[in-house]
Amino acid sequence: MPAHGVCRRQTQKMIPALIKIGILIGGLMTAAAYFVLLERRMAAWIQDRIGPNRVGVPLSLFGFKDLALWGFGQPAADGLKFIFKEEYTPAHVDKRLYVIAPIVILAAALAIFAVIPFGSMLPPLDDFGIPTGGDPVQLVVAPGVDVGMIFVFALSSIAVYGVILGGWASNNKYSFLGGLRSSAQLIAYELPMGLGILGVVLAAGSLNLEKIMQAQVNGPWFAIAQPLGFLVFVIAAFAEAARLPFDLPEAEQELIGGYHTEYAGMKLLLFLVAEFLHMITASFLIVILFLGGWHFPWITGPADAEIGWLTAIIRLIVFNTKIFLVIVFFMMVRWSWPRFRYDQLMSLAWKIMLPLGLVNFVAVAVMQEARHALGSKAENLGWTLMVIVFSWGICIAAWVVAAWFNPLITDNRPRRMLATAEVDSQI
Amino acid sequence: MKPDDSSITWIPEPQLGMTGKMFLPLFVQGLTTTFKHLKKSLGGGTVTTSYPDQEPAIAAPLIYRGVHRLNKDHEGRVKCVACFLCATACPAHCIDIIAAESPWPDREKYPESFAIDELRCIYCGMCEEACPVDAVELTSLYNLTGRSREEMIFDKEKLLSVFDATKDKEPMKSEAFGGTVT
Repeated sequence: MPAHGVCRRQTQKMIPALIKIGILIGGLMTAAAYFVLLERRMAAWIQDRIGPNRVGVPLSLFGFKDLALWGFGQPAADGLKFIFKEEYTPAHVDKRLYVIAPIVILAAALAIFAVIPFGSMLPPLDDFGIPTGGDPVQLVVAPGVDVGMIFVFALSSIAVYGVILGGWASNNKYSFLGGLRSSAQLIAYELPMGLGILGVVLAAGSLNLEKIMQAQVNGPWFAIAQPLGFLVFVIAAFAEAARLPFDLPEAEQELIGGYHTEYAGMKLLLFLVAEFLHMITASFLIVILFLGGWHFPWITGPADAEIGWLTAIIRLIVFNTKIFLVIVFFMMVRWSWPRFRYDQLMSLAWKIMLPLGLVNFVAVAVMQEARHALGSKAENLGWTLMVIVFSWGICIAAWVVAAWFNPLITDNRPRRMLATAEVDSQI
Repeated sequence: MKPDDSSITWIPEPQLGMTGKMFLPLFVQGLTTTFKHLKKSLGGGTVTTSYPDQEPAIAAPLIYRGVHRLNKDHEGRVKCVACFLCATACPAHCIDIIAAESPWPDREKYPESFAIDELRCIYCGMCEEACPVDAVELTSLYNLTGRSREEMIFDKEKLLSVFDATKDKEPMKSEAFGGTVT
């Protein structure tokens, strides 16, 4: 019966997808918890401290000595603390939006990972009782989504709703200011981020994240081929993840806690996890779009060959190491640079990042057009080297020009020649 | 105050050089500093003292203001002459002295009871400064704990026992600082 066959094929797709969702959500939540620990330890190390290293296995409950395990129990302790805290809802909030906001932000942050690959692929798993139909298993929940990049972009914009709803529903001026700042900042930085992505999409010829990675296996990594796009994208990704030096939505010194001031207990935990997921998403995107994904020269094998277990595991390790290093970089930047002032943040987005992104986009478009015009003559190493030299030249030139005109205003003290001062004295 | 007020001195903002305008060199500079500290800490160069496992090193025990002690002279008698200067100087009023006639011929009074409420004390060290015979001193004992308020009122015997416990490690300050009072 055909209906039966369809049903079985659906099952063949469903079971691996469900397993992958389980692994991904479990892995992401655990990763977010342990990255909080890593963040605290990194902060401590950078400030010459030790950091939380006590909470381990409480064997003293059974009369033995406690196992400290470098503080590996800290995330569990933190999570338990949040769960057992009073679920306090202030009287003045808009209750429905107040409850919805953390759910929206976390759901959007998790849903992004439906199309983001977390590795390359595994060999067929039929021997292990999982029906994969003899095909290699793509390590992405929804393989082959051709609008992958747009999906990521759309959902990362929905995350803004969570922030704005949280700020609005709290009915508190600090939360509201945090939400407003966040919305303006995220809208401003989506443009350079999109321009950074457009260069990659143009060069790879696809919005599918797996195909973008494959393009970097066959050619140079886009971080090398499009340095300007890489810089613009990384800076915009920092701003989108609201990490320092762009963490104005939750600037503690100015806004108490920003949009989550009024939240406590599990709802606050959802916000914090979602923020970490944004950072993890940004790291995934940086690695996938610009740092070659699972590719590392000589050890990961060609993109379209039959995959064995050894290659699959090496690719997984390479990919996750890259993501880990990018996250460590995120954490180190946090302690290296102070926060921008809000007007500087805006002028950086509109006056520097946006033009630089456009320059990169045009440069990539010109190179692609030249490649199409040359046809098969462009398929050699010399051409690749020329592309790299050209784009680095463009990058340095554009960066120096942007610096030369320096639209960032660092001094906005009142001027001596203020017209209003004269008017005041006349009155 | 208006921007053109004559009492305002206007200082021009220092201009950014080309490296400053380019941001990235300064960014790398900042990141290098961060990385240096990270490397130092990972190599065990942290400044943290893991307190319960590890006693903190007190840099200058002689000027540390911890638990009090009542000094004894060479014959083992309490040095205090019950002059009440410490109790008068004490801003927290935590010293309680009952004076009595001295059994020894070289002084008129001695403290029959001498109690310091360690919970009231603010560890300012003014008793130590006021004392004319250097009898009351602050030691470097910092981890003072107790289970009741009564326990934290140190009487004469307790304060003298603090002296016995700390005299080897911390000599009397008058002598250590080259003073003449014995």
